[in-house]
Amino acid sequence: MPARTPGGRWSAGPSHPGPSHPGAARPRGGRGRDRAGRLGRGTVWTVAVVVPLAFLVAFFAYPVAVMVGRGFVVDGQLDLSGFADVFSRPRTWRIIGQTLGQAGVATVVSVLLGVPGAYVLYRHRFAGRAAVRALVTVPFVLPTVVVGVAFRSLLVEGGPLGFLHLDGTFAAIVAALVFFNYAVVVRSVGGLWERLDPRAEQAARALGATPWRALRTVTLPALTPAIASAASLVFLFSATAFGTVLVLGGLQFGTIETEIWVQTTQFLDLRAAAVLSVVQLVVVAGALLVAGRARTRRERALQLADPGLVVRPLRLRRRRGEPRDDGLALVRGATALTALVVVLLALPLLHLVVRSLRVGDGWGLDHYVALSTASGGVTVSVWQAALTSLRTAVDATLLALVVGGLVALIVSRRPRRPAARRAVAGLDALFMLPLGVSAVTVGFGFLLAMHEPFGLDLDLRRSPLLVPVAQAVVAVPLVVRTVLPVLRAIDPRLREAAATLGAAPGRVLRTVDGALALRAVGLAVGFAFAASLGEFGATSFLARPDSPTLPVVIFRLIGRPGPESYGRALAASVLLAVLTATVVALCERLRRAGEGGEW
Amino acid sequence: MAGTASHTRHARIVALGTAVGTALTLALAGCSLTGSDDPAPGPDASATAPTGEATAGGKLTVVTHDSFALSDGLLDSFTQSTGIEVEVVQPGDAGALVNQLVLTKDAPLGDAVYGIDNSFASRAITEGVLEPYAAQGKAAADALGFAVEGDDEGALTAVDFGDVCLNVDTTWFDEHDLAVPTTLDDLTLPEYQDLLVVPNAVTSSPGFAFLLATIGAKGDAWPDYWSALKANGLKVADGWSDAYFTDFSGGGGDGPRPVVLSYASSPPSTVPEGGTEPTTQALLDTCFRQVEYAGVLAGAENPAGARAFIDFLLSDEVQSDIPGSMYMYPVSSSAELPDEWVQFAPLAENPFEVQPADIAANRDVWLTQWSETVIG
Repeated sequence: MPARTPGGRWSAGPSHPGPSHPGAARPRGGRGRDRAGRLGRGTVWTVAVVVPLAFLVAFFAYPVAVMVGRGFVVDGQLDLSGFADVFSRPRTWRIIGQTLGQAGVATVVSVLLGVPGAYVLYRHRFAGRAAVRALVTVPFVLPTVVVGVAFRSLLVEGGPLGFLHLDGTFAAIVAALVFFNYAVVVRSVGGLWERLDPRAEQAARALGATPWRALRTVTLPALTPAIASAASLVFLFSATAFGTVLVLGGLQFGTIETEIWVQTTQFLDLRAAAVLSVVQLVVVAGALLVAGRARTRRERALQLADPGLVVRPLRLRRRRGEPRDDGLALVRGATALTALVVVLLALPLLHLVVRSLRVGDGWGLDHYVALSTASGGVTVSVWQAALTSLRTAVDATLLALVVGGLVALIVSRRPRRPAARRAVAGLDALFMLPLGVSAVTVGFGFLLAMHEPFGLDLDLRRSPLLVPVAQAVVAVPLVVRTVLPVLRAIDPRLREAAATLGAAPGRVLRTVDGALALRAVGLAVGFAFAASLGEFGATSFLARPDSPTLPVVIFRLIGRPGPESYGRALAASVLLAVLTATVVALCERLRRAGEGGEW
Repeated sequence: MAGTASHTRHARIVALGTAVGTALTLALAGCSLTGSDDPAPGPDASATAPTGEATAGGKLTVVTHDSFALSDGLLDSFTQSTGIEVEVVQPGDAGALVNQLVLTKDAPLGDAVYGIDNSFASRAITEGVLEPYAAQGKAAADALGFAVEGDDEGALTAVDFGDVCLNVDTTWFDEHDLAVPTTLDDLTLPEYQDLLVVPNAVTSSPGFAFLLATIGAKGDAWPDYWSALKANGLKVADGWSDAYFTDFSGGGGDGPRPVVLSYASSPPSTVPEGGTEPTTQALLDTCFRQVEYAGVLAGAENPAGARAFIDFLLSDEVQSDIPGSMYMYPVSSSAELPDEWVQFAPLAENPFEVQPADIAANRDVWLTQWSETVIG
């Protein structure tokens, strides 16, 4: 068993011993193989590139382009006067500023809280760690309707945290954005940290550096690429937050995303919406550029170690006779901060549970019992909706796995030609775009583009298939970010060795890439599944009343008067949270130490 | 070229490509789970649905907003009596609905639409998304009483209506020994400071209805009224549910504010278990009347089915189902109302009015001005 296992994409590279079993390929064939092999590989890669690209173009780029095009083309003439008009409104600049401000502050706070969290939850062992890891992930996939209710009923005057007077403030929005995205930082930084060889830090300490100095000058720089990558994801999610901003702050805190919604659905000002969509794309592309830079830098070799050797039990007390400068203060500080954050994350969730048990002036399970009835304007029971959600999520996950797996496969290659390398990096960024483009633009785009798409004689707009497709578009980036590190960690020489020994390209893929990537697939399935369970934005545009998903039913229930509907909506939200937590916890189990985990 | 080897390899590559393609196609076709027991036919069926003259039977697509609901079995009975299979699509909320119809005018989303309200009615009519039809259903005569002014051809048929009014938590006022406010002006008085919460007029359709109530009541001076409300501690929540459940004290969420914008039909839901009276009450002098319309979409594939559906919406069985399913009053004067509505959900006698044509002409200006005044 080698001490260093294939880790993230920061893998040690050439010095890497690699997994022991590349799949014994039989030597076969002769000189003719080479040329034919290249030809064959070409075909395989063409298929691998074309299939996901076709998917992205058909179900994302095309609808978005059609929708944005509507705003720029007036009577068949290209009209770009919208730019001058929209940019001359002071409101536009305020909104751009607020988008950058909210997302920026939320990103900084998420990183400041998430890095210590990663240290505690991934560098240490303690009882209940798996449960805590699952708990911090639940918010990431909860629908904003639910989070809005959970947050606001805590913060509202007279609520449990009403004394803070945070309701409807910038701080409340930032808090909610951090609530959603804390797990993104913890998981992606933790995934690297638990594999980072501690010897570099130990060497610094031996040379006389204080624990703080060693952390600052040795460990944090090594983690910087992971932190930057996580930060860009958080920024992307925060910059496109819609429900959170509206429910918690209202329009005075409007962002580009909410403004696109207002201009499209309320004012039908497609010109302004199109300009704002372009602005949003520029902001998102900027964030992705930063992420790409960080990723390139992170490619340098890092000493990675087996998490089994790195992760230590969490100890908060100093044993007698141990030196005083052993970094205990850092551990204590990080633990205290993380404990506080976990409590803060749990508060809204707990509040939700408590509220769902409230029946009239007493307590009871009545709202949970009512989950099995279909009444009060909802044509299916909550259980049926949960089943629909699960089924849709299965389809979306399958789709996302196929598409995302192929994308990860391509992006994991490092072609020699700079142009090809840039193309690969571009492809990576391209598939991240759906996270950064307004759900309204995509949803309206679907309605416009899916009637006779590309001139074909079919109307996909009413198709039940569009819901899992829309969810898969959002889940693909999560699959890519999960599977990619594992594929990147594979020593290219392993594939070369297999090919030299005579394995056909398909066989190399299956026995080398496939075998290793399978380990990360469990994790990818979990995230894709959870994300599609909670997806509401695009789904709400495509909702079908005969088979609504769980978030849609929650939204309907909470749109009706009466304590019963309210209680039932809260109980249904708890059900959704439990479903999500279960999926995430199961994936934690599938995920063995050292196997993928950046997203 | 080395014959056999390259052939097998080629075959393998083709096989791999085919496998990937098949997997994708299967997934795209949703064979796995989504489609398995879905009664609604897939896209192929809708694409090959009969066009043109669909007299009896056929398939009908009804486009509506996300609050549309009818009791179980009602749509089935329509299918049984007419042979028309109904598919309902709900692409968003009431505001987004009309804009979606306008955008998809050239390739309509369906055959019939239900849920265009009087604040969007003019836009729908002038944009030409509707095909006129003189409804024949039982309540057709009653529906005419709610017709949009100027809609002489009958593009829109009224189906139901409701009064958007301020609601008060009477228990709260009893406990605080304060008289319940009754008029719009009362809410600007110091004793009612910090008590009112309304949904945002830009993002919520009842919120916009309340803005219309104040415009109907105050005319051009409405911004001053809102300034006074704001000075008196008005709270603007995002949507109706946010206001009703989180900020309102009487909605079940135990919020801090005892006056909320809701509907005249909301109080019956607040009769406590074992109680006989609701704990909330609508202020009938603060209302705006919302009317919901249905219509045949221009360019419908099944216009005959769409007309039959509109008649069906005016039948007694649907009209009597509307209060329980959608919290609106039926237009029919012969439909039966639930007992608790008769008792606790009276309508406003003189709701404030704004003509649909005025709304269509000024909507954007009003909303912008409202935002500037209230949100800042």
